[in-house]
Amino acid sequence: MLLATLFVSSFLIYSSLYLAPGNPIATLSGGRALPPEAVAVLEHRYHLDQPFFVRYWDWLTGALHGDFGISIGQRQEVSTLIAARIGTTLELVAYASLLILIVGVALGLLAGLRPGGVDTVVLVVTTVLAALPAFVASTILISTFSVSLGWFPALGNGEGVFGRIQHLTLPAIALAAASLALVARVTRTSVRGEMQGEHVQTAVSRGLPRGAIIRRHVLRNAAIPITTVAGITIASLIALAAVVERAFSLNGLGSYLVAAAASKDFAVVQAISLVLVTVFVVLNTIVDLLYAVLDPRVKLGTRAL
Amino acid sequence: MSVPTADVSRRRGIPGLRRTGVIGHICAVVIVAAAFVAVFGRVLAPLDPDQINLREPYAGTSPGHLLGLDSQGRDILSRLLVGARASLLGPLVVVVLAIAVGCALAILSAWRGGLVDSSISGVLDILFAFPGILLAVLTAAVFGPSLMTAALALSVAYTPYIARVVRSAAVSQRAQPYIASLEVQGQSSWSICLRHLVPNVLPLIVAQATIVFGYAMVDLAAVSFIGLGVQPPQTDWGLMVSGGQPGILQGYAAEALSAGICIVVVVVAFNLLGERLAARTPETR
Repeated sequence: MLLATLFVSSFLIYSSLYLAPGNPIATLSGGRALPPEAVAVLEHRYHLDQPFFVRYWDWLTGALHGDFGISIGQRQEVSTLIAARIGTTLELVAYASLLILIVGVALGLLAGLRPGGVDTVVLVVTTVLAALPAFVASTILISTFSVSLGWFPALGNGEGVFGRIQHLTLPAIALAAASLALVARVTRTSVRGEMQGEHVQTAVSRGLPRGAIIRRHVLRNAAIPITTVAGITIASLIALAAVVERAFSLNGLGSYLVAAAASKDFAVVQAISLVLVTVFVVLNTIVDLLYAVLDPRVKLGTRAL
Repeated sequence: MSVPTADVSRRRGIPGLRRTGVIGHICAVVIVAAAFVAVFGRVLAPLDPDQINLREPYAGTSPGHLLGLDSQGRDILSRLLVGARASLLGPLVVVVLAIAVGCALAILSAWRGGLVDSSISGVLDILFAFPGILLAVLTAAVFGPSLMTAALALSVAYTPYIARVVRSAAVSQRAQPYIASLEVQGQSSWSICLRHLVPNVLPLIVAQATIVFGYAMVDLAAVSFIGLGVQPPQTDWGLMVSGGQPGILQGYAAEALSAGICIVVVVVAFNLLGERLAARTPETR
């Protein structure tokens, strides 16, 4: 199923851009009229003289070997261009995922275990955060922490380990904000539900320590809905990273994809789309596999929910 | 599932908003106000939103300019009012298309079952592999960036979500005895679906539409923000946030922040109302 989905999506990505209006030769020549010999040379170099399915197959087999062709805009290997940028995106998404899992679950636990004031505050904050688009969050963070307070750099990638962490902190918060709120709300609801469960009541009446009850009886059962939401939202960060990278002028895959789409550099658009869709599908599959680990009652092949 | 009965305990208030509470009503007021501005924004705008005044860029609040001026000296309030139209029209297109196609596919799946059901589900599963924003970027690369291409791409991305929710509700309706008895009476499938099945899942569809509107609004504003949605000289709130970026670095945050606040307020209203509408449908309770 995983391979079939990836195969069909690769075909969709390739064919949709193949059908796009516009002539790549015109992009290469900058609109000037070229002699027919030059056109033939260019068509041969970029494989434009081959039939569609041959080109698709060449592209796909090349892509599986890490060869995505040549960027028409940059005149460079697409794989080199991608390799230079993929690190930033991965670091950003990983940083944001950590924030979502740690802060989101902690906030949800806090709200779930302490009804009343704490709960209300968390609910109001997460309601607003859940509706806060990543780019608006970026704007607010840059305006407060970079411009007014000067704590963090506003733009760019940063040098060295510490510099990178410093440069990626605000983007990661902006990227994580909305998903973090969703994870916190789901954690709160499921912790609430588990706390009223009979097994927890029994554990409390047996006088087990509160920490152990929460770890072994509440969180263990609440882990399944939390994993579902965290998995879906973290997977969606891959596409959303493009927006945050633009806002913070980070040189990552997403901002490059947007630039390539705007300048119709199709080899790059195809390659990055394929990479992002692959990561997205693989992450979703990992979440499905995790269910079986978290809950042995779930057999693989039947979907838990 | 119980037989639906009329709610006789509370008959006050607007029928569509019953049992959504005070917050639901406040959200509805915000949404109606936003829709009013979207329709009459040009008339309400105190000044010409495109009037450039390069002598006073980033001028602060003054009686003539309640929210000040942007980087090119244009009145921010007027631009917000005019930008409301594109900001709300885009998500409306997404919701209408995604609901129409999603519900049609869902009811077809639920009604026919078998091969039709599994092939529709298969196609929708593949669409799930494309995050909405990625689909919008791809479409912008193919057809050139505009509000309508972005809205079309997102409606394709949201169709599977709606289809999945509506399908499971329609499947449980399909198994109800009333459908079987209508079939025995010789009513056509069309008439049973349109006159009995759809009205019974309608509350669920309305709740989903409200929730999707909020998500689509965020996504479309994000696509405009990265420059692949609404194109200047037209404007929407997402474009205003990105237009305000250079100003922020110089300490003038009015344009980006006011547009951002507009987005958040309207999206919160849609999300909260959607949650409350969903809470009163039996399928999602």
